[in-house]
Amino acid sequence: MDFDLSEEQRLLKESIDGLLGDAYDFEQRKRYRAEEGGFSRAIWGKFAEQGLLGLPFAEADGGFGGGTVETMIVMEALGRALVVEPYLATVVLGGGFLRRGGSDAQRAAHLPGLIDGSRTLAFAQLERDSRYDLADVSTTAKKNGGGFVIDGEKFVVTHGDSADTLVVTARTKGSQRDRGGIGVFLVPRDAKGVSVKGYPTQDGLRAADIAFEGVAVGADAAIGDSEDGLPLIERVVDDARIALCAEAVGLMDECLKTTVEYIKTRKQFGVAIGTFQALQHRASDMFVALEQARSMAMYATMAGDFEDAKERAAAVAAAKVQIGRSGRFVGQQAIQLHGGVGMTEEFKIGHYFKRLTMIESTFGDTDYHLQRLSEQGGLLND
Amino acid sequence: MDLSFTKEELAFRDDVRAFFRDNVPPATRQRIEDGRHVDKDDLVQWQRILNAKGWAVPHWPVEYGGTGWSPAQQYIFNEEMQLAPAPAPLPFGVNMVGPVIYTFGNDEQKKYFLPRIANLDDWWCQGFSEPGSGSDLASLKTTAKRKGDVYIVNGQKTWTTLAQHADWIFCLVRTDPAVKKQEGISFLLIDMKSRGITVRPIITIDGGREINEVFFDDVEVPVANLVGQENKGWDYAKFLLGNERTNIARVGMSKERIRRIKQLAASVKAGGRPLIEDLRFREKLTSVEIELKALEMTQLRVVAAEGRHGKGKPDPASSILKIKGSEIQQATTELMLDVIGPFAAPFDPGENDGSNELGDWTMQIAPSYFNNRKVTIYGGSNEIQRNIIAKAVLGL
Repeated sequence: MDFDLSEEQRLLKESIDGLLGDAYDFEQRKRYRAEEGGFSRAIWGKFAEQGLLGLPFAEADGGFGGGTVETMIVMEALGRALVVEPYLATVVLGGGFLRRGGSDAQRAAHLPGLIDGSRTLAFAQLERDSRYDLADVSTTAKKNGGGFVIDGEKFVVTHGDSADTLVVTARTKGSQRDRGGIGVFLVPRDAKGVSVKGYPTQDGLRAADIAFEGVAVGADAAIGDSEDGLPLIERVVDDARIALCAEAVGLMDECLKTTVEYIKTRKQFGVAIGTFQALQHRASDMFVALEQARSMAMYATMAGDFEDAKERAAAVAAAKVQIGRSGRFVGQQAIQLHGGVGMTEEFKIGHYFKRLTMIESTFGDTDYHLQRLSEQGGLLND
Repeated sequence: MDLSFTKEELAFRDDVRAFFRDNVPPATRQRIEDGRHVDKDDLVQWQRILNAKGWAVPHWPVEYGGTGWSPAQQYIFNEEMQLAPAPAPLPFGVNMVGPVIYTFGNDEQKKYFLPRIANLDDWWCQGFSEPGSGSDLASLKTTAKRKGDVYIVNGQKTWTTLAQHADWIFCLVRTDPAVKKQEGISFLLIDMKSRGITVRPIITIDGGREINEVFFDDVEVPVANLVGQENKGWDYAKFLLGNERTNIARVGMSKERIRRIKQLAASVKAGGRPLIEDLRFREKLTSVEIELKALEMTQLRVVAAEGRHGKGKPDPASSILKIKGSEIQQATTELMLDVIGPFAAPFDPGENDGSNELGDWTMQIAPSYFNNRKVTIYGGSNEIQRNIIAKAVLGL
């Protein structure tokens, strides 16, 4: 039992903290958001130079063979700096499908460009009625000679308007909510029949609604078993949930730090408002919520390597519930303790609050995961 | 980072588990499973079983009878003891006054008291709180005036847990009223058989007699029973209160309760089917399980940090253990109450004196819920804990 980082992991943490410390303050972030695609290609290039983009991939594929802990370190740092670059979409999700399910040829075709920063990916999964059910897929992929033809609509595809390649879930057989008959397909964003409507999101990222009309792809577009892709999807989405938990911990950590600094300096009635017990107790409760979330994010991170899929999914669901609850509490209290200034666009705390809020409803909210876990009989079954 | 215990730690866990399985007296185990108070005989018997095994005071230094276990082993031991379930050793000796004596006491005190604590030959109680001194403990008024070889003690202590059984009480007393309140306090060991001590029960809302008032009326206490230096008692009290960091979370106990809640909810019917199948109930239960898992991980972080840095520097996360641990203990008793529903009502007046062994154990559910309201109040109320976090962790 050990909660320490290894020497290499410590170096990784130092290097990403150093990079973001130099190049990613709140003003710089505003400029990056204004660039084409809603993020900074220069920063993305630096991520590539430091090996962050190749982190989870096998050395044989040009990566560094990092595990869930390495991804946690990166995501927490990205959260702390409120980074808008498409790390989750490209490395964790897009890269996750290639890493866990891609053939040798698919990895050879896509990973070098991902790792060197020249190509990005996005995960097109959400549909109008699917909500959080990964098996609820109406988009179809019909066999067409050797390949497939994809039809359907996907929504709120994070970084979907800048990604070079879309990873699309589509149904090859069965009806809308069947667990079987779902495939995962690599589709170039500029393929014929793909129309992309991009927009900014509440939390300062970009997303897109994407329509697929008779989009023809080859047989080599399917990642893994095109008629039984759900286990792969669940696996990669669990990776993403774990990564989001780590990002949320970074966000909450920064929320608490910023809030404590603020109430130490803001004066009313002639004294710092942080001397008032009502505010101190709220800040203490934020600390408790943050540390409980950190504990569960660590648990989920370590559970990411569990062999037993059910046990892993339970751990991840539990972590997502804890992060959802802690995130709401910490975010809301951060605004409250900042008072009026917390309501302003100009001050950074509100932007942390907004990102935390959006994370809660990504890949299943608190209610969803609580129900899911409860239906499985809870968490403590040993 | 690695969540799993080492091979050696797992082997240790198996040993400990087997020992508890084979050695907790069945009647004692049953009493705990039924949510009843264990009585004095249960505790004494169990403590002596542990002492015979050499496990009475595992966390003490080896020279005084400790085992030299790592924090991880210590954690496993406590967890397994709660899961067994076995009675938690009476804390006033092994966790409170014992460490004060071996850290600040003189050789005679160590030689006399420590082995008797380990074997529960002496039943200790804690004389800290007073009617006017709760969270503001340093305002205490019980006085000890030096007169030759004795102190003359006058005053009143309250909320004194299980003082009715006690052979000894360790007390904070005021020895210098002229100085700043923290600087005039001394730490005295007082024989409960001394003339002038009166113990009066306080019946709690669950109907139990767990706590007492203790009155001191010109009680003579030999100066030899002063621990450390006169007027340094506040330092020893802070040491004592800060000593109990990791065990306070009671993760194993809450896990045990959740297991019982599931058992009970499987046998209680609502709308023609077991309550355990009701999703709304399940979600409430799952919520507590998640909180408990988070607490367990937080506790493991603290344990791991202790293993690395030594016990002196607690992980900042450790201040959470009391708050969350107590809240979860209350949540489990509350869930139990929700499960039993209208059948919580029957009251068992015989439980007061332990004479009604045949009473339906479900009668203990409401009293257990009532009684557990104490856990967010004692040991430094949760509001005091928040003050500590604000000051010591957040620097407010």
